[in-house]
Amino acid sequence: MSQRPDDRVRTWITRETLDDFARFEDIVGEVGSVEDGALLFFQGRVRRTNRGRQVSRLTYEAYGEMAEGELSAICHEALEQFDVGSIAAAHRVGDLALGEVSVAIAVTSAHRDDGYRASRWIIETIKVRLPIWKHEHYEDGESHWVGAPTPEAGASTGGSRFG
Amino acid sequence: MTDRISVRTLFFGVYGELAARREGSAELAADSTVADLVDSLRGPGGLDWLPESVVVAVNQSYAEAGTTLSDGDEVALIPPVAGG
Repeated sequence: MSQRPDDRVRTWITRETLDDFARFEDIVGEVGSVEDGALLFFQGRVRRTNRGRQVSRLTYEAYGEMAEGELSAICHEALEQFDVGSIAAAHRVGDLALGEVSVAIAVTSAHRDDGYRASRWIIETIKVRLPIWKHEHYEDGESHWVGAPTPEAGASTGGSRFG
Repeated sequence: MTDRISVRTLFFGVYGELAARREGSAELAADSTVADLVDSLRGPGGLDWLPESVVVAVNQSYAEAGTTLSDGDEVALIPPVAGG
């Protein structure tokens, strides 16, 4: 778990379950304050259907140390940009079954609007910056790295599709 | 041997699969940039599928194509991220 002295942010990357909401409630209770009138909690879960295919399970791979640093940096940026009291955020790696929590974000704030905006910004920023990759396994036995070129498109062309 | 540097390369996600390795090393001229490394990796008999504009992290921070590499740097080739 990444933390600085007197910090109002807790972040971590883990192979262990994130399904327990109470843990996040405890953390923001510990690092937040009674000035915060709102607690907003977001969970991302493994969904069965993705782009029309039936997912059976997922494997998340992370660039471990960099992901720890980026998740912490993202949440500290959120603390600077939005009027929020505390943030706890975590992302899973390894094998996840359908319905399991892959990402969880708890934000406390004096007022709800700041919490909603910060939580939304954090998840959207995770999706573009956090060095984590998703390998989807399908019910038909195939698998695919999300964001990678499809086999029929040909892997040898490379170029702009990777952005 | 001050005119050559050696960097550690890391391949994540689909890049690891396509390269059939998760890590390697590359020897480059001193003052080489990220773009020089990518060019050499994409070179003859190399990883021709690697996009020219591949996202790269040097020592665990996102880096520009023009970033100069140093001996011992850890250079990660970052495919499109898919967290969340």
